[in-house]
Amino acid sequence: MDMPYAVTTRTSASAIALILGLSVLALLFAAPAFVSRGLIQDLFFILTMLVLAQFWNLLAGYGGLVSVGQQAFVGIGAYALYGSVILGGADPVSALLLSGAAALVLAVPTAFFAFRLHGAYFAIGTWVIAEVARLIIAQWHAVAGGTGTSLPRDALREMMLVSWVQDTLGVRASAARDILAYWLALALAVATIAVIYWLLRSKRGLALAAVRDNTEAAKSVGVDAGRMKWLVFLTASFGTGIAGGLIYLQKARISPDAAFSVTDWTAYVIFIVVIGGLGTIEGPILGVLVFFALQSLLADFGTWYLMALGLAGIAVMLFAPRGLWGLISERTGLQLFPVQRRLTGGLLAQSNRKET
Amino acid sequence: MLALQNVSKSFGVLKVTDDVTFDVPAGQALGIIGPNGAGKSTLFNLITGNLMSDSGAIVFDGQDVTRTSAMRRCLGGVGRSFQIPQPFEKLTVFENLLVAASHGRSASEAHVTQICAEVLERTGLLPKANAAAGSLSLLERKRLELARAMATGPKLLLLDEIAGGLTEGECQSLVQTIREIHAEGVTIIWIEHVLHALTSVVERLLVLDFGRVIGIGDPARIMESREVKEIYLGAEV
Repeated sequence: MDMPYAVTTRTSASAIALILGLSVLALLFAAPAFVSRGLIQDLFFILTMLVLAQFWNLLAGYGGLVSVGQQAFVGIGAYALYGSVILGGADPVSALLLSGAAALVLAVPTAFFAFRLHGAYFAIGTWVIAEVARLIIAQWHAVAGGTGTSLPRDALREMMLVSWVQDTLGVRASAARDILAYWLALALAVATIAVIYWLLRSKRGLALAAVRDNTEAAKSVGVDAGRMKWLVFLTASFGTGIAGGLIYLQKARISPDAAFSVTDWTAYVIFIVVIGGLGTIEGPILGVLVFFALQSLLADFGTWYLMALGLAGIAVMLFAPRGLWGLISERTGLQLFPVQRRLTGGLLAQSNRKET
Repeated sequence: MLALQNVSKSFGVLKVTDDVTFDVPAGQALGIIGPNGAGKSTLFNLITGNLMSDSGAIVFDGQDVTRTSAMRRCLGGVGRSFQIPQPFEKLTVFENLLVAASHGRSASEAHVTQICAEVLERTGLLPKANAAAGSLSLLERKRLELARAMATGPKLLLLDEIAGGLTEGECQSLVQTIREIHAEGVTIIWIEHVLHALTSVVERLLVLDFGRVIGIGDPARIMESREVKEIYLGAEV
């Protein structure tokens, strides 16, 4: 009897990874009940950097779009939130959606111009557009005054869900705000990874990989390469915008130079992805942990810290171009988020039977 | 099936396709020969839409596709192989076919799994189904080019020097596969330097030199003609 052909993506590690992942998630969710406020703030930083890194990885690692202008979407997302809270009296938590929407609105003209450029020119182009966005926002005196702006105390005090967190955990209002921001960051990180993983496992994910490997050949087998680029760019902008809004919701204070910082929101993010492993979901997760460890260890050394980061980045690029996760998965064959489709059954099953 | 009318293409001052006119009826196999640099691959790129012609018209399956993108022409039924194999290196052989079949046929992955497996069977690539395309040998890469083009479900199949660089035995089995595909009614245009492989399949032969068509017709007659011997074989007659 002939067995039909079937496709599977499951690996032996992926089931274990799922259980392990859910346990870590449960632990992270419960963390505010038993860890210090300082640790919650650190975890918030790690999670938001992870979101930025996942989206940059989607752009560069899967879409081949090496952007150096992602700070534009962090900044615009943050200022959309401040603008709607300060001028429109919006609730800061709900305003996060506006952060995403504002980033999308900026992403359309950015893509329109930047997609005409390729490789290094695309990178420079996105950076220039981000600088232009920063200069324009800095002219918006009502919200983006020269030395910076704070979120109004009233808006923070009456923020959605804060009093509920306060009552449930029995903490003070300021701690409750940090915990709420942390939970939102956790939700955003989980949603980010879920959406990217879902995208990669869909028919579009396969098309994305084909475009990355060989654009001309991809077009010749019916892949709409242009549409794939737009899809990836808009998705990354939306997510980066929400992350930007959330980061500055937690900081409660903003200035154009900080919100549009190329070092904080793009250079560090590139470092995280490169050191962890470009083109994998696992890479940025590992990368952000390494980045945070280095930052905690070397923070006291000022400029030396930045030099150490740079050297570490160069060393990884030279000796492990696929990043730390690349090294690990090469040695062990481990894949926590498998996307490879393997053909089984049919004549393949028969030949296997003959071998055994 | 395919008609080219006065198609021309220049790169700067160099005219690589010069006023080319010919047609291929449905179900026919046409061979294209010509010396290196005659513009054979450029002609292919114009037919597939990887390049746009400067002037003239290209009609495929009753539709004017002169300004249609490569992606749309593939959806319409144009499948191609590349002279230098262009696999999606980081994907597996099966995934190479899967992306071609699901996008080229606008169908879900589940719908085309069986089709991909059948193409792998007939092109002899099934044992390599789950290997990375980047790890394949030259013969396997050539087969993958053919298999990926077949996966898109082409009405017109364009083969660019698919037999080049293969041993005699490898060439024989590849020709056999192509003959089978042709027997099923797929229209084929095939560029090839390995003439005995080409003439064992095609019904008509087209000779290209300096971007111009200098002869088209019955393979035996074309090979005998004086111009072809002079220009293509370089013989003084």
